[in-house]
Amino acid sequence: MGRDGAQPAPLRTHRMDVVRYWGEAVALVAADHPEHARRAAQAVRVEYEVLKPLSDPEEALSDDAPRLHPDGNITRRIKIRRGDQDPHADVVVKGEYEVGMQDQAPLGPESGLAIPDGEGGVDLYIATQWLHVDRDQLAECLGLPPEKVRLTMAGIGGAFGAREDLSMQAHACMLALRCGRPVKMAYSRSESFVGHVHRHPARMRYEHGATRDGKLMYVRARILLDGGAYASSSTAVISNACCFAVGPYECANAAIDGWVVYTNNPPCGAMRGFGSVQNCYAHEAQMDKLAEALGMDPVDVRIRNALETGSSLITGQVIDGPVPVAELLRRVKAMPQPAAAASAHLDLTQMPGGVSNTTHGEAVRRGVGYAVGFKNVGYSEGFNDYSTARVKLSVAGGRPRVEVHTAGAEVGQGLVTVQAQIAGTELGVHDVAVLNADTQVGSSGSSSASRQTYITGGAVKAACEAVRERVLALAVSELSGLGRADSDADESGWRLEHDAIVAADGSTVITLATLLGEEVIEETREFRPRRTARLDAETGQANAHMQFAFAAHRAVVDVDTELGLVKVVELATAQDVGKAINPQAVEGQLEGGAAQGLGLAVMEEIQVKDGVIRNPSFTDYLLPTTLDMPPVRMDILELGDPNAPYGLKGVGEPPTISSGPAIVSAIRSASGRPVNRVPVRPHDLLGV
Amino acid sequence: MKAAHPDALPIAGGTDVMVEINFDRSRPDSVIDLASVAELDDWGPEDGYLRIGAGVTYTRIISELGDRLPGLAMASRTVGSPQIRNRGTVGGNLGSASPAGDAHPPLLASKAVVELASSAGIRRIPARDFYVGPKKNAMRKDELIAAFLIEPSNGPQQFSKVGTRNAMVIAVCSFALTLDAKRKRVGTGIGSAAPTPVTAGEAEAFMQGVLDEGGLWEKRGEIDPSALVRFGDLVAAAARPIDDVRGTAAYRRHALAVLARRTFAWAWDEYRRKSVA
Repeated sequence: MGRDGAQPAPLRTHRMDVVRYWGEAVALVAADHPEHARRAAQAVRVEYEVLKPLSDPEEALSDDAPRLHPDGNITRRIKIRRGDQDPHADVVVKGEYEVGMQDQAPLGPESGLAIPDGEGGVDLYIATQWLHVDRDQLAECLGLPPEKVRLTMAGIGGAFGAREDLSMQAHACMLALRCGRPVKMAYSRSESFVGHVHRHPARMRYEHGATRDGKLMYVRARILLDGGAYASSSTAVISNACCFAVGPYECANAAIDGWVVYTNNPPCGAMRGFGSVQNCYAHEAQMDKLAEALGMDPVDVRIRNALETGSSLITGQVIDGPVPVAELLRRVKAMPQPAAAASAHLDLTQMPGGVSNTTHGEAVRRGVGYAVGFKNVGYSEGFNDYSTARVKLSVAGGRPRVEVHTAGAEVGQGLVTVQAQIAGTELGVHDVAVLNADTQVGSSGSSSASRQTYITGGAVKAACEAVRERVLALAVSELSGLGRADSDADESGWRLEHDAIVAADGSTVITLATLLGEEVIEETREFRPRRTARLDAETGQANAHMQFAFAAHRAVVDVDTELGLVKVVELATAQDVGKAINPQAVEGQLEGGAAQGLGLAVMEEIQVKDGVIRNPSFTDYLLPTTLDMPPVRMDILELGDPNAPYGLKGVGEPPTISSGPAIVSAIRSASGRPVNRVPVRPHDLLGV
Repeated sequence: MKAAHPDALPIAGGTDVMVEINFDRSRPDSVIDLASVAELDDWGPEDGYLRIGAGVTYTRIISELGDRLPGLAMASRTVGSPQIRNRGTVGGNLGSASPAGDAHPPLLASKAVVELASSAGIRRIPARDFYVGPKKNAMRKDELIAAFLIEPSNGPQQFSKVGTRNAMVIAVCSFALTLDAKRKRVGTGIGSAAPTPVTAGEAEAFMQGVLDEGGLWEKRGEIDPSALVRFGDLVAAAARPIDDVRGTAAYRRHALAVLARRTFAWAWDEYRRKSVA
């Protein structure tokens, strides 16, 4: 194509007679240079009949609201009813809470490379969270059988839920198939803000009743999530928001009503914490209010009601395995607190407002707050959760070598490292290669719900065990064939270690290189956790979840009460990780997750007006800097879940759940203001 | 060159220009790269003033001029990240003339003068006449910003900026204060709270009155807290803020009063302590 050869090629992805949100794709343009493509895109004329946007989720619920989809505006309604629906309580506290729209803000914007194979199929190199579900959706969009669409992981760039939905995948493939040429597509930063789903904004109304000595008698909650223009994972997010609405507390009587609705706002979907982040702001604010009403210590009132092993959730599920809610709270409370800001020497980096020089200590008040939260690990409500791993053991260059192949998406959480650790440990082989993830092996499910180390780790472990079994069987038959006297002496004690088979006494039976020679041992296994069941439509009762993860946080903040500026001085956390497969990666998750929680608490918000995002840039969508994110004091418990591989628990999400609510609790304590909305804005703390 | 290409966009550090281009909000047909104009990188004394080339970066202002221009240096420290401060220049701030530019309030408070150059010669405009509208300045199309002239400090200076993050943030509002002990004058500059950077003339006059009447310059006496409050209120009254994604008008007004009060207290405290030393 020449200088002016850009060819606008509008293609239909869906029925294009309705556009439901600002940012919906209406035409695709490919060119030989991004600048040509931009100019061609500007030449595309679209005639819109502009309707008044439905931007208020409350309004979307009403009968008079325009119906944005044929089935109406309610994406999913959840009802949980447990115990006495008219219970008595000595003390009642009520509150209304609002959570703004957070963005995952992965540093790598959406991008990919689609290459037509010349036979009607396409190869797509892409950063995603779930290769196979992308492939299946693409095959349907493109009208191709799944085997004609092959995906390969390309790069990381972060995800946090933003890459659970298709963004540019179908568009790049459509253009590549139409042009017959490779097509690269990459969003700009501002396009990225528009081109992926966000965390659901929430409006929540809560009522807690308790006895005089602090026992929770009932919780009533109404939770409304704004799902935006399309469903994405809204149905599962509202399920979580309701299942965990009370927090990790025993509560015999509960009535939870949840809705997620369609509006003309940007679509919302998965983000780290997945429904449990929003409700934690509400239930933890309520626990603080309850403590105040009862004259109790806020940690004591939480411990008084903490879930334990054998407790029933409000969904009726009896929770098994370690449930250290009270222990986590006791631990964060017992940790030493940071010293008060030194007044002798002014260090602006330690002040609210930071280096912008807004206070030298004037009007600065300190506050301390606590929060605890929990959520499910893995898929819930009967969703078929499994992962596939292929493990190959062979000899290369005179040394045994293991290849691990899964479709598990490395999104920065460290899955590649964990797979190598597991294979290296199970097979005792030093040289482990984890092949790049692609669709040439079975599905691993998504890198979400804190599930990959559990599920794909479990699959790698299972495949390694199958390989090991064959190696040991081979050794027995080979060695007895060679007439080795000790071949069947004590083979039950044989293990694989240091590239060899080692007997119980530590002596080498045979090296793997010698044993295998040209032989290649390859096994593929699927790993499936416990099955779960769908919530009952009328009562919300079910064994809907397979594992639960818990974390508690304490926040210490300094607030400039005249300017409404906040400095989070320290975050302390205790979390049960079951078993830390990679301790350094676990610490990274606890710190990074807390930073993302802090972001929502004090600054991160997609601002939407009449359906239009007003701040799609890192200039105006602020992420915490190193002066905003304090050191994290960590207490990592490894209590071992008997149901899980190695006893491990999902780690990635709990740090994001209770960190923000602890910060907001501390801000309330420092400022004396109610603070019922996050992110907390300076003017919220002043009432101006 | 600028005379021959009046629509060409000058670019120095590129910290504004490239953002506009990357966001596709600006598509200049041509740009003039100022990086090769070595004179823009110089600074030196001129008739009691410092003449500072438009291409001197924030990092250099902090390290080379921090002792003589403390207010501008404090503002420079709040500009973006170290990388931005290594590239960005006061000249660029003046060229963009964004009401949120961090250099403007201290330039106003210290009564700086902007030097414009064209093939027709040199023109010098006081900073307070330079900002004529939102992102509009008094430059002609055939002119370039050559330098700015600013007096070395004759007393304490302060700069304070509210942002919703503790570093690397665009001002919600900002305030600069210059105490000129030689002339016994008070200078102010307000950022991000009006269509242009502005001064608070009434507040300046009020405080000069308080200081003169009480003979406080000479006595280095204490300032009545009620005078500080009044000063803050007058600064807030000089602003014409709006509601936007970064903050509300009401909050900006409120915060300016607090910043003005606090910065004056810090500056006056420093002035009084200097006498003891």
